[in-house]
Amino acid sequence: MRLIGQAILLALTMQLTVSAFADDAEDNDIYAEFLEDGNPAEFSEINGEELWKTKAGPNNVSLEQCDLGKGPGVVEGAYVELPRYFSDVNKVMDLEQRLIHCRMTLQGLTQEEATKQPFSKPGKASDIEPLVAYITAASKGMKMAVKLEHPMEKEAYEIGKKLFFHRAGSHDFGCVTCHSADNKRIRLQNLPNLLDKKQAQKVYATWPAYRLSQGEVRSMQHRLRSCIRQQRFPNPKYASDAITALTMYLAKSADGAVYAAPAIKR
Amino acid sequence: MAKPMRIRAKLKGDHVEAKILIQHDMETGLRKGSDGAKIPAHFIKTLTVKYEDKVVLDTVMGIAVSKDPFLSFKFKGGEKGGKLTVTWVDNSGDTRTDTTAVK
Amino acid sequence: MKKLMVLIATIAAAGCSSSTVEKDYDAEVVRLINSDFKSKGSVQIEKFVQQDEVQKLCSQDGELSQDALASIRDSQMKTVKYPADDQYLGDWEKGIKIANNGKGGQFSDKPGSVSGGNCFGCHQITKEEVAFGTMGPSLYQYGKLRGNSKEIYQYTWAKIYNAQASIACSNMPRFGHAGILTEEQIKDLMALLLDPESPTNK
Repeated sequence: MRLIGQAILLALTMQLTVSAFADDAEDNDIYAEFLEDGNPAEFSEINGEELWKTKAGPNNVSLEQCDLGKGPGVVEGAYVELPRYFSDVNKVMDLEQRLIHCRMTLQGLTQEEATKQPFSKPGKASDIEPLVAYITAASKGMKMAVKLEHPMEKEAYEIGKKLFFHRAGSHDFGCVTCHSADNKRIRLQNLPNLLDKKQAQKVYATWPAYRLSQGEVRSMQHRLRSCIRQQRFPNPKYASDAITALTMYLAKSADGAVYAAPAIKR
Repeated sequence: MAKPMRIRAKLKGDHVEAKILIQHDMETGLRKGSDGAKIPAHFIKTLTVKYEDKVVLDTVMGIAVSKDPFLSFKFKGGEKGGKLTVTWVDNSGDTRTDTTAVK
Repeated sequence: MKKLMVLIATIAAAGCSSSTVEKDYDAEVVRLINSDFKSKGSVQIEKFVQQDEVQKLCSQDGELSQDALASIRDSQMKTVKYPADDQYLGDWEKGIKIANNGKGGQFSDKPGSVSGGNCFGCHQITKEEVAFGTMGPSLYQYGKLRGNSKEIYQYTWAKIYNAQASIACSNMPRFGHAGILTEEQIKDLMALLLDPESPTNK
């Protein structure tokens, strides 16, 4: 039998994906199916696992003893319970704050060194993004289960909620401006209504994500920073308590969602 | 250094569906870095897929293809356990070959 | 005075639901904003912390009373400055550019750069621009449907200048009142909406 090379080449340029598929939710689902098994976040996950297990820093140790909340070295299921209260630091931390904490306490990096490159730029890769991809991927298929047991966890949630509704700045914007009604969009970008449980679940459970428009896995910190920039708010400090509080509110809003990230998005 | 690909090949009825995910920056040579200088072009020029020793896909790629390219295609005549070999060559002469068995 | 009473009523209502002493989360929010954000150029932490009356009232989770909403509209209507030369329409072609420009006021923008209105972000306006948002209503045929009376000019001007004057807690920025757009830019947007030659009305 002759081999027939019926080739369908999917040359996915950024332009194509943006214009043709960002239109509505149904198209996005077709798009997702199209890209099944084609999420480059997988490579980030692999790189992240290597970084997790590689000895580094002045102390020359790996992150394998890092306690993400479920005991030293437990990665599986850690993310669906974050942010959470950590008794060793007596505060609530999100994943990225905790990672930085581990890099400082275990590996001996300074805060500056540990947070030097939170987001990849052309030609300058971030260590944190792959680590986040690796850790979050280890919660795939599990249900979002942030606990609000400790008083500080409750406090973070309440502050996060306040921040969500906080309208201010030159444009009077807040998270609530764009994310409190159904079926709205800015330009062609759909806006999830985060006050609606189903929509909040769907969105939260698919971050971090490999962003085709940027060619990188982007973390929750990155996502929120972009929103805050467009709200005309000041630049948030990386891995700060304010962002953790907002993340806590969003994570709790997504309670029960089956976690499915790192996903692939525009 | 060339990084490994992810290749999946599955027999579906009378054809094999192959999915190839490649790690490559695919720099166009037109982007500028934060220092304002252009980032040199670095992209895959050709990609060839062989089933056993026969070429089933031969492509010419360029700077219009995105970073971390993903290719999916079908071909007839494959069988379970057959060997699929993917090779790419980029403009710097770098090359990478990975292999998988049809499932 | 009315506003004050609304605030008191809200606080009282919140007090009913919680028997124990609740932490002052508002104070915590202010503390965190001050410690966790960086000012740059025109994007200052103070503006983020110190909400004006409208921002404060519209940041609540829940509906405001009719009185509160009316008082916002009244106070905001008083801020509207109509053009001194009584000329309302500028150049619709420039208006399209302003409506397309989403820059200005972000921490990533160059300080001192010209702000746009980003109208297409939320509104359909012309047939030609297909990448429009749906946050606000379609404004296609805006002038054709409403005519060119002075009343309509003033109403539209006030809407762009301070959207809170007609709809309290509207999502739309107060482009004139907040100093996002200049008087001339607002005139150009007015022309985009109302000039019979503008593609909006074709």
